[in-house]
Amino acid sequence: MVGAQPDAASPPRLPTTVIEPSRGWVPLHLGELWEYREVLYYLVWRDIKVRYRQTAIGALWAVIQPLTTMVVFSVFLGGLAKVPSDGTPYPLFAFAALVPWAFFANGLTQSANSLVASGHLITKVYFPRLLVPLARVLSGLPDIGLSFLVLVALVGWYGELRLTASLLWLPLLALLALLTAFGVGLWLSALNVQYRDVQHAVPFLIQIWMFATPIVYPSSLLPEPWRTVYGLNPMVGVVEGFRWALLGSGRPPGPPLVVSSIAALVLLGSGAFFFRRVERTFADVV
Amino acid sequence: MNDSAIQVDNIGKRYRLGASRAPGTIMLREAIAHLAGAPFRKLREAGRRLRSAPGTGSATPARRPDHVWALRNVSFTVPRGQILGIIGPNGAGKSTLLKILSRITEPTEGRVELHGRVGSLLEVGTGFHPELTGFENIYLSGALLGMRKAEIDRNLDEIVAFAEIEKFMDTPVKHYSSGMYVRLAFAVAAHLEPEILIVDEVLAVGDVSFQRKCLNKMEDVSQHGRTILFVSHNMQAITRLCERAILISHGGLQQDGPASETAGTYLFQSSSTPAERSWSDPMVAPGDDVVRLRSVRIRDEAGAGVESIDIRRLFGVELVFEVCGDAPSLVPSLTFHNESGTCVFLTQDLDPAWRGRPRPRGTFTSVAWIPGNLLSEGLLLISVSIGTPDPLKNHVYTRDAVALHIVDSFAPDSARGDWDGPLPGVIRPLLKWTTEAPDSWIAPKPAGANS
Repeated sequence: MVGAQPDAASPPRLPTTVIEPSRGWVPLHLGELWEYREVLYYLVWRDIKVRYRQTAIGALWAVIQPLTTMVVFSVFLGGLAKVPSDGTPYPLFAFAALVPWAFFANGLTQSANSLVASGHLITKVYFPRLLVPLARVLSGLPDIGLSFLVLVALVGWYGELRLTASLLWLPLLALLALLTAFGVGLWLSALNVQYRDVQHAVPFLIQIWMFATPIVYPSSLLPEPWRTVYGLNPMVGVVEGFRWALLGSGRPPGPPLVVSSIAALVLLGSGAFFFRRVERTFADVV
Repeated sequence: MNDSAIQVDNIGKRYRLGASRAPGTIMLREAIAHLAGAPFRKLREAGRRLRSAPGTGSATPARRPDHVWALRNVSFTVPRGQILGIIGPNGAGKSTLLKILSRITEPTEGRVELHGRVGSLLEVGTGFHPELTGFENIYLSGALLGMRKAEIDRNLDEIVAFAEIEKFMDTPVKHYSSGMYVRLAFAVAAHLEPEILIVDEVLAVGDVSFQRKCLNKMEDVSQHGRTILFVSHNMQAITRLCERAILISHGGLQQDGPASETAGTYLFQSSSTPAERSWSDPMVAPGDDVVRLRSVRIRDEAGAGVESIDIRRLFGVELVFEVCGDAPSLVPSLTFHNESGTCVFLTQDLDPAWRGRPRPRGTFTSVAWIPGNLLSEGLLLISVSIGTPDPLKNHVYTRDAVALHIVDSFAPDSARGDWDGPLPGVIRPLLKWTTEAPDSWIAPKPAGANS
């Protein structure tokens, strides 16, 4: 839609903006995203500030959600159903997966709904629309940070805490979860502008996705070569990686993580281009 | 060398009717059906493209009846530093134009070039979040409107002072009164420093004194060479702030010229009475077998027909009537009513040449001259009558025959003086005042200088 480039004909430092109808696929304009980084910062900051305002326990909610899920899983699946957990205590096994999963699931839900929820902004002011779903995913970072601290405390309480180089993988795995949530969020948020069906489908999608990810069970239950195919789900790589890095269970990141990363990047790239393509109608439709 | 800030070239915007859907958007069901038929459609389209000449492609969707052009063929150029007023009735396409210029929505056709940073104020409190405090919202809204953090930091004290709500800056804005909210919102907006500022009707809210403060601030801003596009229904604000205005109606650019003229045209169109009327068929013209009215019009000193006139200028109401019978005497008269129906005054032709005397048959043209600096601004409806006083008989009476807009150009040599707020009254004469000063006071040398 728009290209902002300095124009040699006009006086120095006056950027020229050309507004023309666009057709088909349009470039991502990553440079423009960088130019608007302060807007991104304030959108994230706003989401974080507002999320737990006027709540009694505030950010504790970020911890309570995965924690109670872990307790429920441990009692029913670990305790009663005796689901295997690769030799680690089931609560640790579940919580190590639920921390990145909650970050992913919340990021996905939030970003899928982000454009519709920001309709008042989209129809009143210009900024790169890609920032809207991105801000929503990024604003989940303090939550995962907080629940990660609880995870570390829990691991320590079980006496399983080991300071090894494998811990360095954790930020990368969180990044993979973030990129996946953002990639899917791009697709869903753009679709949601036109088809509100999406917001009804998202809780569903997350539920199914959760069972397609080894959260309550170990992926060792699956035979090869299916485990590599299974890695097409980027969250498989994330969850397996978290368990390996923190608990030393399972195998170190290998081909499945590569497959997961590629899948995440494909989701992200295609999502971004699809988003840019339909972006031009957002203000008219939302 | 290019000295324009904005160049708008033939832009148009087409919307799809129903459910406010833009072209290209479809229901999921339709989308699936669309996908299923894709292979065949591609073939058909390819065939069509081969048959039709290049450039005619856009004509195909335009014929579709479920599309409507909200804006079409609009072109104008705004030189750097100008304040351009944009006026027009609701639904004429003003908002669509602003949305295109602020890059919120894309045009369907045409091209716009903007030279400089653009800031747009299409609503009060863009990005404000009710849960955030005054300070927090300054940063959030400022960033969304295009300010850098450093700029906001630098202007923070000034913004807070402008909003006049220092005490409440740490309170969430959801607890603000609407007046406080608007003040804070405009304080942020007023400190935007883009080269091009696009302002929708945001001044329609807030109390009068704050509105004036905002108008003054906008004037300051334009003094610094900034270009402003300003949409308003308030013609006073338009004529005061803008030297030039464009009138948008039915999605097109209807008029582009000096603000007072464009505002006059707009005001005139929003009233249904014309400024000029004539009756070519004598049988339907108002009147009887003695005299018939042939035409009425408003004219300026030079004789040109006008629809609006500067408050300081003289204008005439010209009657052309045909005497076709005998009467002891004929006295044309005019009655002026304002918009609220108040009778402002009545005037009659007392020219001794015809007073109390019969007139020969034939066509007469009479002009009543109304001096400048007499009436206040607004719409005037003029009724025409021609009668015989003795024996009393009214031959012609046409209520609200023509209308005229008196436009206040906010010039200091009008009765407005240096005051720029609203002025009451149906007339606004420029009167002579005399003053008896205390004896001890010695007049300064240049008479008329401000004390």
